[in-house]
Amino acid sequence: MSTAIDYLLHLADNAVVLGQRDAEWCGHGPILEEDLALANVSLDLIGQARLLYQRAATLMGGDATEDKLAYFRDAADFRNYTLLELPHHGPLVGYAASDRDYATTIVRNFLYSALMVHLWDALTRSSDSELAAIAAKSVKEATYHLHHSRDWLVRFGDGTDESHARAQAAVDHLMPYTEEFWASSPAETAAAEAGVGVDVRTLRAGWDALVNDAFAEATLTRPACRGYVTQGKLGLHSEHLSFLLGEMQSLARAHPNGCW
Amino acid sequence: MYTQSFNVPDKGQKTAAVTPSLEDPELMARFDARIDADGRIEPQDWMPEAYRKTLVRQISQHAHSEIVGMLPEGNWISRAPSLKRKAILIAKVQDEGGHGLYLYSAAETLGTSRDQMLDGLHSGRAKYSSIFNYPTLTWADVGVIGWLVDGAAIMNQIPLCRCSYGPYARAMVRVCKEESFHQRQGYEALLVMMKGTDEQKAMVQDAVNRWWWKCLAMFGPPDADSPNSAQGMRWGIKRISNDDLRQKFVDATVPQAKVLGVTLPDPDLKWNEARQHHDYGQIDWQEFWDTVDGNGPCNKERLSTRVKAHNDGQWVRDAAQAYARKQKERAIKEAA
Repeated sequence: MSTAIDYLLHLADNAVVLGQRDAEWCGHGPILEEDLALANVSLDLIGQARLLYQRAATLMGGDATEDKLAYFRDAADFRNYTLLELPHHGPLVGYAASDRDYATTIVRNFLYSALMVHLWDALTRSSDSELAAIAAKSVKEATYHLHHSRDWLVRFGDGTDESHARAQAAVDHLMPYTEEFWASSPAETAAAEAGVGVDVRTLRAGWDALVNDAFAEATLTRPACRGYVTQGKLGLHSEHLSFLLGEMQSLARAHPNGCW
Repeated sequence: MYTQSFNVPDKGQKTAAVTPSLEDPELMARFDARIDADGRIEPQDWMPEAYRKTLVRQISQHAHSEIVGMLPEGNWISRAPSLKRKAILIAKVQDEGGHGLYLYSAAETLGTSRDQMLDGLHSGRAKYSSIFNYPTLTWADVGVIGWLVDGAAIMNQIPLCRCSYGPYARAMVRVCKEESFHQRQGYEALLVMMKGTDEQKAMVQDAVNRWWWKCLAMFGPPDADSPNSAQGMRWGIKRISNDDLRQKFVDATVPQAKVLGVTLPDPDLKWNEARQHHDYGQIDWQEFWDTVDGNGPCNKERLSTRVKAHNDGQWVRDAAQAYARKQKERAIKEAA
C-alpha cells in the first residue's frame, strides 16, 4: 500500500509544483494567446495533481485529503523532480530576484512533457486501475503540452539571434536537472516491481529521441551533463521549493480550520 | 468581465460628435432605418464615422478592462487556499483573457488593429474599467469580485447582447454566459467561507465593505450627468440607462446579501414601498473620477504591469515572426 502512496505522491508533487510555477505567468504572458495556453497547461497539471492526491488520500485513509497533502506537508516531504521547482529564470540563489524568462518556461515544459508522454502512456497499464485511468487522461494532456512547448522551442531556436541565445541558455541551465529522471528512487523501484509504476530508465531512449529531434530542428546544441545529480524526488530539494511552498501554503496554513 | 457601462472619452479624444452633414445622406438614411428597425450592422456595412469611433472606443475599453482585470484576481492564484479553488481561479482569469481576445477581434472588424489598441492602453490614452484600480487584499476579495463586480458587469452586459453592432453583440452572448458562471462561483465561494471560522466571516464582510460602493459606481454617473448616453441609446449601443441598471443591481443584490449573512455598508439602504425599489445612499463621485483620471490606489501598478508584460514579451513575438518568415522562405525555395 505504501509503495503505491509514495509513488502517487511523487507524481502528484510533480504536477502541483509545475502547475504552480506555470500559473505565475497568468496575466503576464508575452502575448495574450500564450497567457491562455500557459493557463491551460497549469490547469491540466493542477487537475492531475488533484486526482493523484485524492487517490493517495483514499489509500492512506484516516483524515487524509488532497488539500492536506498539498498544503500541509513541508518541502522535505515533497517528492517532485528538482527541475520543476526552479523559478522561470537562469541559475540564481533562492532569494535572488529576477525577471521571468519565457525560454526557461518553454524549455522546462518541453523536457518534462517529453518524459511524461512516455511515462503516462506506460502507466495506462498500471496494476492500480485508478492510476491507469488518471494516466489515460493525463497522456492526452501531456501530448498537448509537448506539442505546445516543442513548437515554441523550435521557434525560439530557429527564430532570432536573441531567442536562439535565450533558448540555448535555458537548455544549458536545465538539461543537467533531467539526469534526475533516470536515477531510480526507492519509491519508483518498489512501484515498478509491484506493477503500479514504471522503471523510468526504460523510457530514456524514447525521451532522447524526442529531445534530439526537437533540438536538431531548433538548431540547439545538447550539452553534456556531468557532476551533481539532483535528488528532489528523494526529498532533497533546491533552495527554491521552500519559497514556492511558503507562498502556496500560506493562506491555508494561516487558517488551518478554515473551509474553502 | 467588465465594460464600463458608460463611455469615457479616451485621453485627448473628444466625445464622438455626430456630424451628419459630412456623411452621404442616402447612406445615412439607410443606416438610420436599419437602427430604427432594430437591425444589426455588420463589418461590411456602411456606417457613420462617429458610430465606428464610438464602437472602437467602447469595445477596446472593454477588451482592455478584461486584460487589466486579470491582474487583481491573478494576485491570489499562487495563494489560493485549496487546489479546487486554485483551479477555479485560474480558469476564471483565463476566461477573462479569452474575453479580451474576442473583444479585440470584434474591434478589429472596425478597422483598428490589436497593436493600435494596445498602444492606446500602454500609452495611457485609452481607458479601462476603473474597478480594477483597487487592490485585492484578502482571499475573500476573489469571491466578492465574482459576486458583486461580475454581478454588476452582467447587468451592464446583458443589454449589449442586443447591441446594434453584430460582432460585439455576438461576442457578448458568450461573455455573458461565462460571467454568469463566474458570479455564481464567486457567490458559492463566499457561502462556503461564511460557514467557516469567525476570521473567515470577518474576511468576507471586510471585502464586501471595500467593494460595495465601487461596484455601484461601475454603472457610471447619474443619468443627468451622462451626456453620451443619449447618443449611445439612439444608436442601439446602449439600451438601459446608468441609473436604471444601478437600481436593478441593488434590488437583485440585497436579498443575496441577506442569504449570505453579510451587511451592505450603506445606512440609507432600505426598501421603498412607493417606488417598489430599494433606496440607497450617495456615491462618492469625486473618488470615482479621481480613479478614472489615473489617481486611484493601483492605477500605476496595473498599467505598468501590462506595459512590462508587453515589453518583456517583445522578443517572443519577434521570434515567432522571424520563424514564420523563415518557414515561408523555405517553402518558396522548395517550390521553386
